[in-house]
Amino acid sequence: MPFVPHTENDIRNMLEAIGVESIDELFDEIPKNLRHDLGDKKPLALVPEGLPESGVARLMRDRANQDGTPLCFMGAGAYEHHIPAAVWEITTRGEFYSAYTPYQAEASQGTLQLLYEFQTMMASLTGMDVSNGSLYDGASSLAEAVLMAVRANRKSKSKRILVPRTTHPHYRKTAHTIVKNQGITLEELDYDQQGGHIDPASLSDEPGDFAALVIPYPNFFGVLEEVDVLTDWAHQHGALVIAVVNPMALGLLKSPAQWGETGADIVCGEGQPLGVPMASGGPYYGLMCCKQALVRQMPGRIVGRTVDLDGKPGYTLTLQAREQHIRRSKATSNICTNQGLMVTASTIHMALMGAEGLKRVAAQSHANKQQLVEKLTAIDGVTNTFNRPSFHEAVIQLERSPAEVLSALAESDILGGYSLVEDYPELGNALLVCATETKNNDDLEHYAEQLQQVLSK
Amino acid sequence: MSNVPAELKYTKSHEWVSVDGDIATVGITDHAQDLLGDMVFIELPEVSTSFEKGDDCAVVESVKAASDVYSPLSGEVLEVNDTLAETPEAVNSDPYGSWLFKLKISDASQLDEMLDAASYSGVAADDSH
Repeated sequence: MPFVPHTENDIRNMLEAIGVESIDELFDEIPKNLRHDLGDKKPLALVPEGLPESGVARLMRDRANQDGTPLCFMGAGAYEHHIPAAVWEITTRGEFYSAYTPYQAEASQGTLQLLYEFQTMMASLTGMDVSNGSLYDGASSLAEAVLMAVRANRKSKSKRILVPRTTHPHYRKTAHTIVKNQGITLEELDYDQQGGHIDPASLSDEPGDFAALVIPYPNFFGVLEEVDVLTDWAHQHGALVIAVVNPMALGLLKSPAQWGETGADIVCGEGQPLGVPMASGGPYYGLMCCKQALVRQMPGRIVGRTVDLDGKPGYTLTLQAREQHIRRSKATSNICTNQGLMVTASTIHMALMGAEGLKRVAAQSHANKQQLVEKLTAIDGVTNTFNRPSFHEAVIQLERSPAEVLSALAESDILGGYSLVEDYPELGNALLVCATETKNNDDLEHYAEQLQQVLSK
Repeated sequence: MSNVPAELKYTKSHEWVSVDGDIATVGITDHAQDLLGDMVFIELPEVSTSFEKGDDCAVVESVKAASDVYSPLSGEVLEVNDTLAETPEAVNSDPYGSWLFKLKISDASQLDEMLDAASYSGVAADDSH
């Protein structure tokens, strides 16, 4: 069927129905200085004419070259890891290459099986009972986990969630934006400035009851929180535990299911480190796992394995009765899809790496970070900010503004880290640096030399 | 035609109530279970929670849909039928034997506003067209 655009009549009728004079009026909310309809010109008049394919290819090549190929020591939520060439070779095969869970889901048994395998791997990595087929990104997965905890914690009935400031600042902002209109408040929990972690001793003073405590692991500073004590504290106070994890770190670290006496209740996080390259801010995908008892509160697509009439195994979307296409306004969330393509890559990545491979990547990343911090803090005027163990990121203290230092390093094609000045002004000239398994000794040495040069100027 | 026992009271939203003194036992009707289809999960209220008449207080989930159950009367939950956690399908096979929860009635006058079997049969019949 061809695409049928609205007729003039349709448009007039619609405008009349909502009481608006013209289409332009619909854009009144956008400040004038941001609009392109200057004078008589129509919106989008300033978009240039189309280019031939060869012209576009040339333009894109030129722009890509401007990016350079910097040596990356920046983490802060997105991490550079080696991705075997086979991962995207297989992911982009015609059979897999789609961003969506198919609309006729059960007709696409291969895609469903892949999602089922993904869920199995995630459940095994986090130690949890169940996983969904993914969410949009790490930040929105935290928001969904918060909504889920409020729904699920029927004992406390509280709409307050305790969120440490050691949680990724963007995740906190995103979660706030998504949950605030449902009357849910995110209460900030401050961190210990020596350790860069939540001091469990600071918790006993917390008044009131909470639906959940969020525990980032590793936290935004790379630091490992005292997950056992925190988990038990939350459960003793009637709160659920939401773990925000880096799945790569779980290759090495204690899985959330084993935290404290009974483990975390909901696990969410960013899946990018598992096979998704870094590219201009995305795409990312969110992961979410939980205990069996909470499965009916879990949002998103869930694939189940069953048998057909002949007893042969088959895959199907399951537990859909609470999704929006069936339950409308009472649905568990607005998520009716997943990040299919990123999850496909991740599943293939994990299958190729294996549990042992992931563990080695995590261990090498940690070892490289240790070396990097050692080399950097050997420089005059550079010190460790925190005294607690961290995974593959750490905060270092400079005597000069991190922004200045970073732009000087950028001139030698080094992405030197993430300045914490805006998000954590109380830490002074603090810089978050990261080293993954992709760095070798020469890279680490090179960064240290360049930093020393910049600082000595 | 679905089964509508004469001794029970009903709501338009398809709950049934059996009254014993100031205790009301609540379930969903034969007609409701027939509309929803095979039950897979029943989410029951917490004991000692109080509801106003009309509050959503439980969820019955079938292979087709998850539907709210509304409290037919105001009151406090005294007991819930935990056996439904393992056997939600009992609501299909025996809707009037498979109660969901028991309420301590706080306002007995609300009972007068409930439907009797004949009126509810009318509601259910209208619904089926």
